[in-house]
Amino acid sequence: MANIMIRQGDKGEYVFYLPKRDLEDTITSMEFDTPEKWGGEIKLNNGGAYYIEPQAKPERLPYSVRAKRLDAAE
Amino acid sequence: MANLTREETEALIAEVLEVYPEKAQKDRKKHLAVNDQSIEQSKKCITSNRKSLPGVMTIRGCAYAGSRGVVWGPIKDMIHISHGPVGCGQYSRAGRRNYYVGTTGVNTFAEMNFTSDFQEKDIVFGGDKKLAKLIDEIEGLFPLHKGISVQSECPIGLIGDDIEAVSKKAAATLNKPVVPVRCEGFRGVSQSLGHHIANDAIRDWVLDKRDNKPFESTPYDVTIIGDYNIGGDAWSSRILLEEMGLRVIAQWSGDGTIAEMENTPKAKLNLLHCYRSMNYISRHMEEKYGIPWMEYNFFGPTKIAESLRKIAAFFDDSIKAKAEEVIAKYQPMVDAIIAKYRPRLEGKRVMLYVGGLRPRHVIGSYEDLGMEVVGTGYEFAHGDDYDRTIKEMGNATLLYDDVTGFEFEEFVKRVKPDLIGSGIKEKYIFQKMGIPFRQMHSWDYSGPYHGYDGFAIFARDMDMTLNNPCWNKLTPPWKKVEEAESLAKAA
Repeated sequence: MANIMIRQGDKGEYVFYLPKRDLEDTITSMEFDTPEKWGGEIKLNNGGAYYIEPQAKPERLPYSVRAKRLDAAE
Repeated sequence: MANLTREETEALIAEVLEVYPEKAQKDRKKHLAVNDQSIEQSKKCITSNRKSLPGVMTIRGCAYAGSRGVVWGPIKDMIHISHGPVGCGQYSRAGRRNYYVGTTGVNTFAEMNFTSDFQEKDIVFGGDKKLAKLIDEIEGLFPLHKGISVQSECPIGLIGDDIEAVSKKAAATLNKPVVPVRCEGFRGVSQSLGHHIANDAIRDWVLDKRDNKPFESTPYDVTIIGDYNIGGDAWSSRILLEEMGLRVIAQWSGDGTIAEMENTPKAKLNLLHCYRSMNYISRHMEEKYGIPWMEYNFFGPTKIAESLRKIAAFFDDSIKAKAEEVIAKYQPMVDAIIAKYRPRLEGKRVMLYVGGLRPRHVIGSYEDLGMEVVGTGYEFAHGDDYDRTIKEMGNATLLYDDVTGFEFEEFVKRVKPDLIGSGIKEKYIFQKMGIPFRQMHSWDYSGPYHGYDGFAIFARDMDMTLNNPCWNKLTPPWKKVEEAESLAKAA
């Protein structure tokens, strides 16, 4: 488990940030992206994948959340 | 000398790597790359932020350098105690030339060295009592200080002193912030983790102290984050922002005060110059206070104009109009500088090796003068820095991460740049090799280099160094005679 931060990029895309490793990357896909259900499996541009417990969409981004690493690219 | 092609650069890297033992060769290979602009992600071509190889000469610093030297050190009205043996503080004292306004020793202290001067008995019995005594002494001798930070050196972490407890107690009695910073030198692979630790300490101990307190705010409040006012850099940036109608409410941390830092969460926009050392706190403020942040670059007129427009885009039309006015106002000055220096510098090739931001930020400055950066590298960058660098650099140019002394010399011998920009440890080696050199950490005791005024100084300095007549005098006269004779014979 790792603390990650999700923020909105310049073009409205989600940007993933892992402070512990200074890893910043765009999120290419997120399993659930609706106001009620948000999160699930997220895939990164670098090929990595993380899992966030599905939850209501946070009111404001950036948002820090615990995530489980499924498949790290490095 | 003509630029190397991609194959030649690759061959050069392979040749330089040959002297290493097999294991070291494999490791170092990952840190050297030929730039390819088509690559989207730097990690496909270069590895960074890894431990330096034992036995090679690295140019990196430590976490203490990143925290005390870079982030905390320039905050002028606080006293930064180098907690531990005397050397770390003394040899890093005032070396970075973070300028500030104030009377040193009375209400500002950035140039002074405060240390607990650990002796054997402090290691054996612990140094907490000494620290408490030291804080008391400081309060007696320098009553106008606005706070204290305790910057740990290696032994503090090793012997397990509880500086947090001492700090909390002292803060309660003094009624001033006392911030313990766990930036022991052995943490992390370079000064980069020190920046992170320092940012976290600011977040935990300083940033939220004035939440919900009244503050007279305007819609145009911005902060300058990650500008350490080296040679006055932050000042020459600040006037541009003020001219375009913005109000700078805090400078982090060059010429900055603790009050400014506590007021930063009231800003409307955080302007981030040094991404590497202060992106952490900007991200935190974005999440907690909803303050957007943006990176900008005040090196060279092209990048300045670009950045001013980008900053103005966050605000209303009056600011946008004023930004254009500022750009137009300085245009004649820029034209004059370029007309004067470009003919003298056109086509010269530069190699850079600096810290965490300048290897990519100053490229624009050189390009404005018609110069070309043929190799660049960082001491302590991470992947995201190289992502940003790849786009700035030309194809087939050299990228080197945490370059060793040997590699850098070999690269220079083969690439034969006309100018090198790096630090004091590299300066004299290259000057003795007959290559003009500028220190790009401290601007070689010159500066500022930020902003339009800085660009004028930058151009003058580069010309002064490159076209200095001393570079023709490197061949001793008796060797020159032989040359002349052989020429005469040939004729």
